Amino acid sequence: MKTKNIMIVGVGGQGSLLASKLLGRILLQKGYDIKVSEVHGMSQRGGSVVTYVRFGDKVYSPVIDKGEADFIVSFELLEAARWTEYLKPDGKIIVNTQEISPMPVITGAAQYPQGLVQQMKDAGLDVDAIDALALAEQAGSAKAVNIVLMGHLSRYFDLTEEEWMDAIEKSVPAKFLQLNKTAFDLGRRV
Amino acid sequence: MKTLMLGNEAVARGLYEAGCSFVSSYPGTPSTEITESVATYKEVYAEWAPNEKVAMESAFGACLAGKRSFCAMKHVGLNVAADPLFTIAYTGVNAGMIIGVADDAGMHSSQNEQDSRHYAKASKIPMLEPSDSSEALEYTKLAYELSEKFDTPVFIKMCTRVSHSQSIVELGERVEYSKTYEKNPQKYIMMPGNAKRRHPIVEERTGLLAQWAETASINRVEAGKDTKIGIITSSTSYQYVKEVCGDKYPVLKLGMIWPMPTKKILDFAKSVETLVIVEELDSFIESHCRDLGLECIGKDKFPCIDEFSQNLIAEKLGEVVQTGIKLDAVIPQRPPVMCAGCPHRGLFYTLAKNKVTAFGDIGCYTLGAVPPLGALDTTICMGASISGMHGFVKADGGKTEKIAAVIGDSTFMHSGMTGLVNMAYNESCGTVIIVDNSITGMTGHQQNPTTGYNLKGDPCTKIDLESFCRAIGIKRVRVVDPYDLAQCDEAIKEETSVNEPSVIISRRPCALLKYVKHNKPIISDADKCVGCKVCMKIGCPAISIVDNKARIDNTLCTGCGVCAQLCKFGALKGAKED
Repeated sequence: MKTKNIMIVGVGGQGSLLASKLLGRILLQKGYDIKVSEVHGMSQRGGSVVTYVRFGDKVYSPVIDKGEADFIVSFELLEAARWTEYLKPDGKIIVNTQEISPMPVITGAAQYPQGLVQQMKDAGLDVDAIDALALAEQAGSAKAVNIVLMGHLSRYFDLTEEEWMDAIEKSVPAKFLQLNKTAFDLGRRV
Repeated sequence: MKTLMLGNEAVARGLYEAGCSFVSSYPGTPSTEITESVATYKEVYAEWAPNEKVAMESAFGACLAGKRSFCAMKHVGLNVAADPLFTIAYTGVNAGMIIGVADDAGMHSSQNEQDSRHYAKASKIPMLEPSDSSEALEYTKLAYELSEKFDTPVFIKMCTRVSHSQSIVELGERVEYSKTYEKNPQKYIMMPGNAKRRHPIVEERTGLLAQWAETASINRVEAGKDTKIGIITSSTSYQYVKEVCGDKYPVLKLGMIWPMPTKKILDFAKSVETLVIVEELDSFIESHCRDLGLECIGKDKFPCIDEFSQNLIAEKLGEVVQTGIKLDAVIPQRPPVMCAGCPHRGLFYTLAKNKVTAFGDIGCYTLGAVPPLGALDTTICMGASISGMHGFVKADGGKTEKIAAVIGDSTFMHSGMTGLVNMAYNESCGTVIIVDNSITGMTGHQQNPTTGYNLKGDPCTKIDLESFCRAIGIKRVRVVDPYDLAQCDEAIKEETSVNEPSVIISRRPCALLKYVKHNKPIISDADKCVGCKVCMKIGCPAISIVDNKARIDNTLCTGCGVCAQLCKFGALKGAKED
């Protein structure tokens, strides 16, 4: 199988490491070669963060380059817009429509661009825009945005719901299991 | 068993399996998780040292005692440990000793882009360079064998993309290792007479290691269909080359980057029309090839700045470069920021307000340099704030007005305290502000000598900063709460105007620590808010202006109250506690 590329992008602190951990676990069980590349350290402090997940028969590079991503899963709208160049021409971009203003916008030095989902569609991108924050809150916690988005991504994978649930069980603490299962389910069905 | 592991976790696993029983390190991105991970194996004693020099010397002592030992550091940390490094190269080891060093091409979390491979050549210590997690585990175990066989410390050299990428590893069992110590002054006391006898042994050792490198399976030629070019590469660059070229061109993959296998390189060069060297940062392999009289393409084509990627390799080798769609919209940058509730914020606001010249240091608080706070004048390296300020003050004729050095608790223990001793001894002036957030923050919450807990999380001796500063001769030592702006303002005004060295300890735990209880979010009153934006001067990510009124993001706000102290109109108020 040719290597598949998934980019998880967002704002430091949004929980993208758990999302990549979940993907890694489930793909390992399916017998793929896998590389997951993460960002630690300074850039985590509320900065723009990106995680690369690659799987296939044999994976060499740990990173994904421009024009290579089969999927971009964005935890925040502006971050989706920032990384579109990394999407393959036939790739899919899954966007949480939540807006988090970066410091230059907060201080008034820059504007948060408007109508980004439409701009992405107009540019010919295949966009799934969902309000993952609302769904996460519906599941019981705003912090479950990551699992809602993984639930939505799961629609495009040839894996059973049981396989996903099993990976969630192994990736989250027991007391948050039901919340995360609900969040996954809401994301998968939207 | 197969599992996914970070490169750093795989090094830790290799240490465990090889029977390593002593680890001492100082945290530094991207090396930190090696030590955090190895600390989870109960068979291994692991500790945070106050700095890399102490860590390396301790690891050396442990290997003398007959236990396999290890120390880890980031590239700039190796500069701190360079003193013992160049001499333990002469003494060699008893049980095996490994030095883990992690470079940060692209400077994801560093102040420079130095290439640590030069240290291997300069200190005459062999260096292995894994390119993924599986190799990280394998090479770590191999490094102990080499260390004992050739009587030398051995480097394991990582980089951000190997350290912080997970890939599949096969786990093995731990094999215990132990030797006895025998006194050997000629080998271990490096005074001139002995060192003169050791140096030729070191040179001979490098020759023997170079011979070993010729036949070592970690330096391997991978066949290619087209011999028009042949590529010599290592580390993560190897992965990018294979991603782009597959088995199109022959590749000589170096697992040992120093010393290099000269004959293997010459034979490889002969087998191809054009030799291409693909390596991140400096020309290290390339320089060696040129020393051998080989013509090659290297840094004339591939940059010595920033990290590589597959598209860069594709472009340089004339392969297809992938492209995607860029939006026309102007996308504002999202730089890292001080967290909401960060105790450093109030202090930096006060420093900026008082127009204090502030020498900065290395840690989360370096973010105090970023607008709108813009409260720092310099950042160089660990500890440089205090000594830099001292030089500035002395050169300026002992001018005392409004000058400060800002340094974290962990950084102060690392190498700030020697600077403070210098200030006391040479009767300097200026104010040292120790921003004590009770943790090593930037690298992800590591304990340090001032926190009262050790690496394994057990309670331990806590260094008392106030007593320490007084003991070395600083008479003016005071503690402030950085959430209290008036208190900060008074302390900074007073201490920066006296004609002697002073210390302000700005003390409050990091807002991200699990045990820290947050207040309820600040309530903003739109009726009282006049839109003056004074609250925006502190650069808090939880405050924004919407329709000319201050708005609080309740998911981020920790209720620290710094903004409420700034608002003259009572529009920002703390909620009543239950």
